[in-house]
Amino acid sequence: MGALRRAVVSGATVVAVLGVLVGAWELYRWIWISAGWTWPFVVDDTSMPHIHTIVQALFQHPTSGFGDILIVQLFHAALFTAKEAVVGFAIGATFGFLLGVLMSQWRVLQRGFLPYVVASQTVPILAVAPIVVVYLGSLNVAAWFSVAVIAAYLTFFPVAINTLRGLLSTDRRALELMHAFAAGRWTILWKLRVPAALPFIFSALKVAATASVVGAIIGEAPSSIQDGLGGYIVNFNQYYTLSPQNLWATNIIAALLGIAFFLAIVGAEKVVVRRAPEHVA
Amino acid sequence: MSVVAIEKLTKQFAQGNVVALQDIELAIEPGEFVSLIGPSGCGKSTLLRIIGDLIQPTSGTVMVNGKPAPRARADHDYGIVFQDSVLFDWRTVSKNVALPLELLGWDRARRKTRVDEMLALVELQGFGDHQPWQLSGGMQMRVAIARALAFEPPLLLMDEPFGALDEMTRERLNMELLRIWEASKSTVVFVTHSIAEAVFLSTRAVVMSARPGRIADIVEIDLPYPRGAATREEPRYFELVTQVREALHLGSDLDRAVADV
Repeated sequence: MGALRRAVVSGATVVAVLGVLVGAWELYRWIWISAGWTWPFVVDDTSMPHIHTIVQALFQHPTSGFGDILIVQLFHAALFTAKEAVVGFAIGATFGFLLGVLMSQWRVLQRGFLPYVVASQTVPILAVAPIVVVYLGSLNVAAWFSVAVIAAYLTFFPVAINTLRGLLSTDRRALELMHAFAAGRWTILWKLRVPAALPFIFSALKVAATASVVGAIIGEAPSSIQDGLGGYIVNFNQYYTLSPQNLWATNIIAALLGIAFFLAIVGAEKVVVRRAPEHVA
Repeated sequence: MSVVAIEKLTKQFAQGNVVALQDIELAIEPGEFVSLIGPSGCGKSTLLRIIGDLIQPTSGTVMVNGKPAPRARADHDYGIVFQDSVLFDWRTVSKNVALPLELLGWDRARRKTRVDEMLALVELQGFGDHQPWQLSGGMQMRVAIARALAFEPPLLLMDEPFGALDEMTRERLNMELLRIWEASKSTVVFVTHSIAEAVFLSTRAVVMSARPGRIADIVEIDLPYPRGAATREEPRYFELVTQVREALHLGSDLDRAVADV
């Protein structure tokens, strides 16, 4: 099957699944409302607005006539959040990769660091975020950068863990080959371990990319940043009973931003990773 | 001076107190093609790895080109080929062959010249820009051989290199290996469990027995070179195959006798 045809088929599948999901939402809504069922929750225009109401909301002015239509406002907000997420992702991925490399090279570091790396993720991000904002704010760092640091906090973990795992799962015979050629530790790291670990690292980067968007959105609330998607979500949350469709519309844009990040990593992986077809996930 | 000189070598694995090799004495002269043949568990691969300084012996000495094995490894005296070609997926065929040259710090132009020579030697001209997985198993093995010989190491270590290939491909690669060996004038230590392969390729076949791994017999293979398809049909070839087979069986009888005591 040709590459073009594969792309068309997978594109059509994505659209078909979207259609099914929209249909399921509307069908669920219709059945629960007409039957008057209240379990697990009451279905009405507030809890589950029509899909077309949500889409319409994107093209209306959210506050009685002032400002741009919602989708334009959300587009700018998404760009703002994207900046935080990209910087956070870059910091987190770099830090996570270096941490993984350090832990792979010295077992002592692995034993010493790993429990704290894991512990760092059991602390709720909502508890960490205000501390980061207050601390960096006192250093006169721009508020958006505090948010990037919060995003980095969520990003570094999967990268560190998978980099470590990838670097330690190098083929034993490939290592023997490098030893027979009298290659040193760092040569083996750069010429063998890291390239062999790239599929592991990229699957971590995909998780990290979406996590960085979530981290940026969550981080905007304690930083009182109004310009990003997080600000809009906090705002629309307060007016949910009046216009629930605005929050749903913002969710859609946030999801699209996450998908864009994910696809960017998939694209980078296609360019960077040259592996036998059976190795590529 | 012997390329490999092994004296009073013993290898005992810590786990389970297994004696993998006992009282190994072996000298390999320049230009020889020596096969290590024996049943699985006789320590032939372990012996190859000890020669290559990939495993440390428990006692005894291993000298390579008059130097202790670790020194020889640091001096890039070894080329190595495994049963699996162990090519790096993320490198093209040319870049795989160039790997040891990069490690030796050769510049780009010099690497390219040598890689082209090596690909010609293993008859893979025109495949330099392919990815390894686009090649058949036999072709991948030829790339692995080209990589092992690229920097003209004095000693080539081969660990059942054709074990995973079908019989036809294996016989063809046996002949190619002999041609490459005669052209490169390197010394080869070749681990195999195929009697036919050991007799066809070697100047000497070192027959090993298991538990503990010992040298049961060394069979001189006096078939004239160059050897070809016709060699496999000569009476002397069959005599030598029989001789190696009997040495193998004697070795395993010895095992049983030891086990009975």
